[in-house]
Amino acid sequence: MHTIENMNKPFELACKRKLNIKQGFFLSLIRTLGFSGAITLFLILSFVFYNGFQVLSWEFITEPPIDAMTKGGIFPVIMGTILLTILCMVLVIPVGVITAIFLAEYSKPGVMLKSVMMSIYTLAGVPSVVFGLFGLGVFVVMLNFGTSLLAGSMTLAIMILPYIISTSEEALKAVPYSFKEASLACGATKWQTIWKVVLPTAMPGILTGAILGTAKVSGETAPIMFTAAAFFSPGVPRSVFEPVMALPYHIYVLATAGTHIEETRPIQYGTALVLIVIVLAMNLLGIILRLKQRKKRAW
Amino acid sequence: MKWQTKERLVEISVSSIGLLSVIVLLLIGFFLFKEAFYIFYKEGVIRVIFGSQWYPTHEPPDFGMFPLIAGTIAVTLLTSIMAIPLGLGTAIYIAEVANHKVKEFLKPLIEMLASFPSVVLGFFGMVIIAPILSNWLSPILSEKLPEMLRNTNLPFISTTLADFCYDKLFIASGLNITTASLMLTVRAIPVIASIAEDALTAVPRTYREASYSLGADKWHTIWKVVIPASVSGLSVAVILGIGTIIGETMIVLMVAGGAAVVPHWIFDAARPMPAAIAAEMAEAPYKSLHYHALFGVGAILFLITFVLSMISDFISRKYRSVRIGEKV
Amino acid sequence: MVEEKNIFEIKNFNVWYGDFQAVKDVNLNISSNRITAIIGPSGCGKSTLLRAMNRMNDLITSSRTSGQMLFHNIDIYDKNTDVIELRRRVGMVFQKPNPFPSSVYENVAYGPKLRGIKKKSALDEIVEQALIKADLWKEVKDKLNDSGLSLSGGQMQRLCIARSLAQQPEVILFDEPTSALDPISTAHIENLLQELQKTVTIVIVTHNMQQAARISHYTAFMYLGELIEFGNTDTIFVNPANKLTEEYITGRFG
Repeated sequence: MHTIENMNKPFELACKRKLNIKQGFFLSLIRTLGFSGAITLFLILSFVFYNGFQVLSWEFITEPPIDAMTKGGIFPVIMGTILLTILCMVLVIPVGVITAIFLAEYSKPGVMLKSVMMSIYTLAGVPSVVFGLFGLGVFVVMLNFGTSLLAGSMTLAIMILPYIISTSEEALKAVPYSFKEASLACGATKWQTIWKVVLPTAMPGILTGAILGTAKVSGETAPIMFTAAAFFSPGVPRSVFEPVMALPYHIYVLATAGTHIEETRPIQYGTALVLIVIVLAMNLLGIILRLKQRKKRAW
Repeated sequence: MKWQTKERLVEISVSSIGLLSVIVLLLIGFFLFKEAFYIFYKEGVIRVIFGSQWYPTHEPPDFGMFPLIAGTIAVTLLTSIMAIPLGLGTAIYIAEVANHKVKEFLKPLIEMLASFPSVVLGFFGMVIIAPILSNWLSPILSEKLPEMLRNTNLPFISTTLADFCYDKLFIASGLNITTASLMLTVRAIPVIASIAEDALTAVPRTYREASYSLGADKWHTIWKVVIPASVSGLSVAVILGIGTIIGETMIVLMVAGGAAVVPHWIFDAARPMPAAIAAEMAEAPYKSLHYHALFGVGAILFLITFVLSMISDFISRKYRSVRIGEKV
Repeated sequence: MVEEKNIFEIKNFNVWYGDFQAVKDVNLNISSNRITAIIGPSGCGKSTLLRAMNRMNDLITSSRTSGQMLFHNIDIYDKNTDVIELRRRVGMVFQKPNPFPSSVYENVAYGPKLRGIKKKSALDEIVEQALIKADLWKEVKDKLNDSGLSLSGGQMQRLCIARSLAQQPEVILFDEPTSALDPISTAHIENLLQELQKTVTIVIVTHNMQQAARISHYTAFMYLGELIEFGNTDTIFVNPANKLTEEYITGRFG
């Protein structure tokens, strides 16, 4: 029989630790790669924070832009993003949660379930600019909403729908079967059980998903470019059929179009900072909520 | 009302709302292809897809999409070279190498990076990366470096290589496909990393135990046991990462340079498909040929990402448990 | 029988998981070329002690040890000890059969390949020998390229034994190797252990007392992390010195 190297050496001699160069090399390579994302995030954040803080002031947040947007604040821009996001969530959460209830509680294996899952999976991969095209064609033109808060919110709602469905479904599926059994054993119907037991138990998880979804929606530009965003509007819109300004679009417009690209640099930095703070705050909130639920979950 | 009727009604309404996502997907597909049909009908599929002239506002206009498609292919390839190793490396680090504390710190960080607004990444590319490339890197690579090489007086190095640096490493504008790819890499890393990390974590602990108990070191266990066992999940991560790169709009719109020509070199400008849609849609009159052409671009994008989703869905269904094959 | 000597000497050995002490001040010698069984109620630290013998508990980040674990008079917890060489010489078979999701052949060849054996003919021979020793060759010689996961439970466990044997280990640690198997497969594995014992030292953790009585030469009884009694299997089962041991063996607690 062939023998293995070291086989016949006494353990004393064979056991001296060898330098494992190959492993050392690859593991340090992986360590370096592993931190690449974190370092980039840190670099970009410090860039935005460093430049943005110099512009940030109370007036910057509460005043509208003046002098062809080269001076003044970004109040309508912030409000636009907040309105778009809230309306989007109001539209998407009911549909998303009900779809999730369908998937978690009512669906039976078959063609219908398969096609619903497939559609959600595919929708999640559709580029955001394609949602923009769809919103333009259907909401802006066909339904005649015009370039408006409503058209933009609906476009965003369709874009974020797969995410809301999958986070809600996960939350619903995490509800232990014994809870349902207990309710059914008390003589509750299926819907009563879902409404009184399953949904309330899953609610924290659903909300966490919604908050993380908010972070994604508020930073999107491409879907609202042709459906909602206005280059300039003086104040907060009076109805959902009016166009709005939005933080990501504002950054894009000031940085690429127009004649004052260099002069408006500070405003661009300030806008980027406000957007980042909103997105990261939402993210952080979502992550903390999720950690808390994980700790609290006793079942 | 009897409770049975009520339950039945609830079930019917929940199921019909459940079908909404199918309807939405069908609507999107139908609408895109309906609006795109006219351009392919009018100009011919081959002429549109392989035509090399994209002059939508000229008189007469040209709607050859090949430069846009080539732009997308170029940035996708360049980005993949960087984003796939970085994304998979991050996943391996988090799942296999990092200790508990580092893991708890890095995972949310990656998640944050995933929802980082791409317009800010584009902005960063414009304001920081582009000037660095054109004002700082270009003089070093195309002036100082060839000069140094020429002074060596070595065959080949002082002539061919020096000329190559002089010609090819000159960066006329910082807004080019390299800058775009760098920022797209930042966009794609978290996507690839988070899906790949799930795939690695799903490998049963017993495989690792068996490998370690046979005296394999950590690297060997990762390379020969964990990675082969999760190869389907890892490829899904890569495919979805590529989907993200292809569909990402704001970054290529802001930093790819915008020229609707086929890029020949890594410092050339390009106008990838999403950038063309975003840049031109606002100016295209409703129902004009240009409008239909942009929907044509959108339909192609939709088709590509649709196919990628199908492939990754197929892989994750088919290879739930994979064989390591003959590689162990 | 081959002459026996102490291959493992465990001295004042402790293992903690975080704040929980799983093994308390254990002193135990393992004789070479014998079967030593470790018995005790679940949670008594027997598996932890076994896993400490080839440092598999290194994989649990919160674990730490104190005291001495000598293998051939070398403390395996010394920082200079090559843990990889240790695990090559001290193999392990787990409770649940855990073949890799690759072919039978690749499973057995995994260890030798790790040691740098590349020649196909050499690998073929090692694989065949290991499978013969594990009494699996006759059943799988025609399906070496089939997935290891396609075998029956008992066959999978023997495949895992063959995988360990291919490394030519001096000791194999068995962590309740038959608890997931049917009685026929269990008997098969027990016979195999009796056969292997001629060339390899065996330490087996089991909660099946009859199994310990049937196959082992020495038996250690552990309770709440402590080693209560250790001695010849015959003595332990017929005439235990400690009251706790007697109660456990006669089935009066647990």
